[in-house]
Amino acid sequence: MSSETTVRPSSHAAGRDWGRLNGRLLLVNLSILAAPVAMFLASLAVTGGETNLQVIITLGSLFMTFLVISGIGLMRLFTTRYRLTEDRFELHTGLLFRSERSVPIGRIRGVDVTANPVHRLFGLTTLRIDSGDQSDAAARRLALDGITKAEAVELRRQIIALRDAGRARPVADSDGVLSRLDWFWLRYGPLTVWGVGGVFIAAASVFRTLNELQVNPLDLGVVKDLEDRFGTIPLWYGILLAAVVIAVLGMLGSTATYIENWAGYELRREDGGILRIRRGLLATRSVSIEERHLRGLELVEPIPLRWAGGAKLNAVASGLGNQEDNRRRRGLTPPTPRGEALRVAAQALPAGPGLIERKGLLPHPKAALRRRINRALMWPVLIAAVPVGLGLWLGRWLVITGVITGVVLVPVLLAFAFSAYHSLGHGLRDRYLAASSGAFARRTVALQRDGIIGWKLSRTPFQRRAGLITLGATTAAGDGVYRVHDLTESQGIALAETAVPGLLAPFIERAPDRG
Amino acid sequence: MERHDNLRLRPPRHRVDRRAIGWWTLQSALFALPLPLVFGILWASIPPTREFFMWATLISLVPGLLYMAVMPVWRYRVHRWEATDEAVYAASGWLWQQWRVVPLSRVQTVDTLRGPLQQLFGLSGITVTTASAAGAVKIKGIDHKLAGDLVEYLAKYTQAVPGDAT
Repeated sequence: MSSETTVRPSSHAAGRDWGRLNGRLLLVNLSILAAPVAMFLASLAVTGGETNLQVIITLGSLFMTFLVISGIGLMRLFTTRYRLTEDRFELHTGLLFRSERSVPIGRIRGVDVTANPVHRLFGLTTLRIDSGDQSDAAARRLALDGITKAEAVELRRQIIALRDAGRARPVADSDGVLSRLDWFWLRYGPLTVWGVGGVFIAAASVFRTLNELQVNPLDLGVVKDLEDRFGTIPLWYGILLAAVVIAVLGMLGSTATYIENWAGYELRREDGGILRIRRGLLATRSVSIEERHLRGLELVEPIPLRWAGGAKLNAVASGLGNQEDNRRRRGLTPPTPRGEALRVAAQALPAGPGLIERKGLLPHPKAALRRRINRALMWPVLIAAVPVGLGLWLGRWLVITGVITGVVLVPVLLAFAFSAYHSLGHGLRDRYLAASSGAFARRTVALQRDGIIGWKLSRTPFQRRAGLITLGATTAAGDGVYRVHDLTESQGIALAETAVPGLLAPFIERAPDRG
Repeated sequence: MERHDNLRLRPPRHRVDRRAIGWWTLQSALFALPLPLVFGILWASIPPTREFFMWATLISLVPGLLYMAVMPVWRYRVHRWEATDEAVYAASGWLWQQWRVVPLSRVQTVDTLRGPLQQLFGLSGITVTTASAAGAVKIKGIDHKLAGDLVEYLAKYTQAVPGDAT
C-alpha cells in the first residue's frame, strides 16, 4: 500500500512485523447495512407492501448514511497497520488523512480490551491504548478497532511487560481478586436512576421511528384494543396506572442495564501494580488502572441506593481520559452493599480501612445548615408561585394546587436539607484529604494530598452573607476538582494549609478581631 | 484540628489594569444592548404595537444598564493577581467570587489570549494551565506589555522544574 520508509534505527529486529486488523471486520462492516434493509422490510410488512416517497427517501438516506459508515470502516480495515517495537507502539491509519502515530512504551498509562456486541459476534475486540499526554484528548487515545481477542490479550501482555521492564518498580505482592460479582447484588439494579428516564427516551424514539415510517402508533391494532378496553376508566386511575407501568418498565430497564454493565464483573490486582476491572455482558469492558495513578477513592450513595444500604465505589485516578471517558471508566464496583464497597476500598488502597467512612469526619458550621434550610424554604415558594400567579388569572383551582404543592414540598425539602447538612463532613486522614457532601447523591471522597496541585476557593453571594466558602482541591485525577462545601473561611484556609503545607501560607493573613 | 479563629486570604498584590473597566463595560454593552435596541426600533416603527414594545424595551433595558453600571467596577475591585517565585495567585468574579492558587511546580503551560476587544484596550489575558481539567488560573485584563513579562517569568520557572507536573 504505502512505502515502508518509517523504519526507525532504534526499533531493531526485536520488533514484530506490522500487524493488521482482522479480515472478519469486512463482515462486521457489511453487517451494518443489514439494519436499514431490515427496517425497509419491516415497514413493508407493517404497511402491507405499500410504500410512498417519504418512506423511500427516509430509508434511502438512512441506507446512504450506513453505506458511508461502512465505507469508512472498510477503509480503516485496509489502511490500518500497527506494530510493537521494543520502545514504542506505532499505528498508521488513513488513506486521505493519513496519520502515523507512535507512543513511547514508557508513556503508556493504560491498555484496555473492550468489545461491542457486533464485534463479539465475530470474535473481535478493540484494544485501546492510553498515553499520558494531557494536551489533546482525542489524539491521545489509540484504538485498534477489530483484532481477535487472542491477539488483543497477547498485545496487551506484551506492552505491559515491555513497559514494566524499563521501570524498576516493586511488583505488588498479592495478585488476587479483590471483588467479584455476586448475583445477589442484582437487588440494587432497580434502584439506579437510569430506568425511568430510559422508558421515556425509548418510547419517544419508537414513536418517532414509527412516525417516520408513516405508521401512526395510535392506529395499530394493539393500541386500539387497549383503548377499547380502558378508554372508559377515570382519569386519575389512568394516570396512576401509567405511573405504575412506567415505574415497572423503568425498574426492568435499570435492572437490564445493571446486568449488561456488570455481568462477569471482576476486580483484581495484577502484576505490576495494576487494578483491572472486567465487566459487561454484551459489550465486555476491561479497564486497567495503574496504582501509581490511583489518587484516591470516591464512595457514591444516590438516594434510592442509600436507603437500601447500597453504595458504589469509584476510582479517582489520572489517565482515564477526558471527563466523559473518566465517568465511564472510573467504576471500581457496581452498586453493592455498602460494606462490600468499603471492603474493596480498603483493599484497593493500602492507606487503610476507614478512609472513605463518613464516621469521624468533622462537621461543618451551623451556617451551612441555615443555608440548606433557606434553600429548602425558597424552592417551594418559587415553585408554588407559578401556579398561584397563573391562578390569579385562570381560576381558583390553580391557586389551591399551588398552595398545596408548596405545603407538601416544604417538609420534604426540609428533610433533604437536614440530610444534606448531615452529609457534610471533612477531615485529614493520613496522606488523604477526605470530604463528604450531597443531598441526593452523597459522595465521600478521599484524595491523596500529594495529588493536590492547586486550590480553588469560591464564594457565592449567599455564602458571603453567611461567612462561608467552598474549598476546591484541584488535581490531575478524576473530575479535576474535589470540593469541601461550606466551611468558614478560617476553617477552609486552615484545612488547605494543613493538607498541603506551604502552598497557601504566603497568602494568608490574620484578620483583625471582629468580636 | 486546633482552632484557627480568624485566618483569611489576603487579596493578591496587583490590581488588573484600569482600562479593564472600559473593556468590561464594552463587553457587557455588546451583551446587554442588542435586545433592547431591537425592541426600541420596533417600538418606533410599528405604531399599533407601541405599548407592548415600549414595555419590552424598558424591561430589557433597565437590567442591562444596571449590569453595565455595576459589573465592571465591581469586577475591577475583585480581580487581582500575584506571582511569587513559588505560586500564581489570582482572584476573580464579582457576585460569584473565586480565589485560585497554583504552585509553579505544577504549571504545564502558560498561554496568552487577546480577544479583539482586549486588543482595542491594549489588554491581554493569561491562562496558566495545570494537569487538572479544572485547574487553569486565568488572569484577564492586564496590560499587554506586563502580560508578556509575566508569561516570560512563569515560563522560566516552569521550565526549571522537572517532572510531568501531575
